[in-house]
Amino acid sequence: MPDPIHQFEIKRILELDLFGIDASFTNSALWMVVAVVLISLLTIWGMGGRALVPNRLQSVAEISYEFIANMVRDIVGVSGMKFFPFVFTIFMFILFLNMLGLLPGAFTATSSISVTAALALLVFFTVIIVGFAKNGLGFLKLFVPSGIPKILLLLVVPIEIISFLSRPVSHSVRLFANMLAGHITLKVFGGFVTMLIGTGGALAAVAIFPLTMALALTALEVLVAFLQAYVFAMLTCMYLHDALHPGH
Amino acid sequence: MDPAAAKLIGAGLAAIGTGVAAIGVGTLFGQFLSGALRNPSAAPGQFANLIFGFAVTEALGIFALLIAFLLLFT
Repeated sequence: MPDPIHQFEIKRILELDLFGIDASFTNSALWMVVAVVLISLLTIWGMGGRALVPNRLQSVAEISYEFIANMVRDIVGVSGMKFFPFVFTIFMFILFLNMLGLLPGAFTATSSISVTAALALLVFFTVIIVGFAKNGLGFLKLFVPSGIPKILLLLVVPIEIISFLSRPVSHSVRLFANMLAGHITLKVFGGFVTMLIGTGGALAAVAIFPLTMALALTALEVLVAFLQAYVFAMLTCMYLHDALHPGH
Repeated sequence: MDPAAAKLIGAGLAAIGTGVAAIGVGTLFGQFLSGALRNPSAAPGQFANLIFGFAVTEALGIFALLIAFLLLFT
């Protein structure tokens, strides 16, 4: 069977060495650039016409704007709308990386823990900085839920601190592991098809079953690609809500 | 025991976790549906909560799957 991990191999396209740091342009970076270019095309070109009756491209741009704007308003509140560009960028970036990764032969940049960890840490430190800048030391109220007995605080405060510190871990691993697991599963079923056809004879006809399964899994992966981008953006909104309103 | 065999057994054991997460996700959507059918007008407002619960629950199953993959392929 073909190695299902092989697809996640990082290849250097352009060797580049910056002061001893390996800053080569890799296939991962290439697909990130493709995603950024496509998002820019969609938003800039799509909204270029500013027609009252939008064409298809403009509709897509407007729907994605409205979708994220509603989410930010619902979760962070109207005062959180200044974080809309941040959330929108993260959502579109992850959505396009996930979707582009589903193309045959493409590289899924979000299946590298380095990419998702960088995004999660960006959110994590944004929340800390915004939290302290907005509330000063009042941000620490996040770790002290109101309305519980004093004696229980000894137990609850460490739990709250641990749960806060583990946020970037679960935030990044969720996206990374979802993409990794999905692509490995697809590859395994693809491997079944080639193996069955390779045996020839009557067994080759059975290859239709894993092929059907691979097709269904691809449809599921499209859903997962969207859902994980949505979940990542939604959790970002929830963390930002904590930063702006730390009292429980 | 042969380390390779122990790895495979460990991967199989880790995969049990995905099944347990499946119970959680099933409960989640089942409860949502039963609630949504009782009061359909309130259902759309809870969609974000549903997805949040799904993400948090599913992540644990995915972590178990990740451990299985790590044991299998590294």
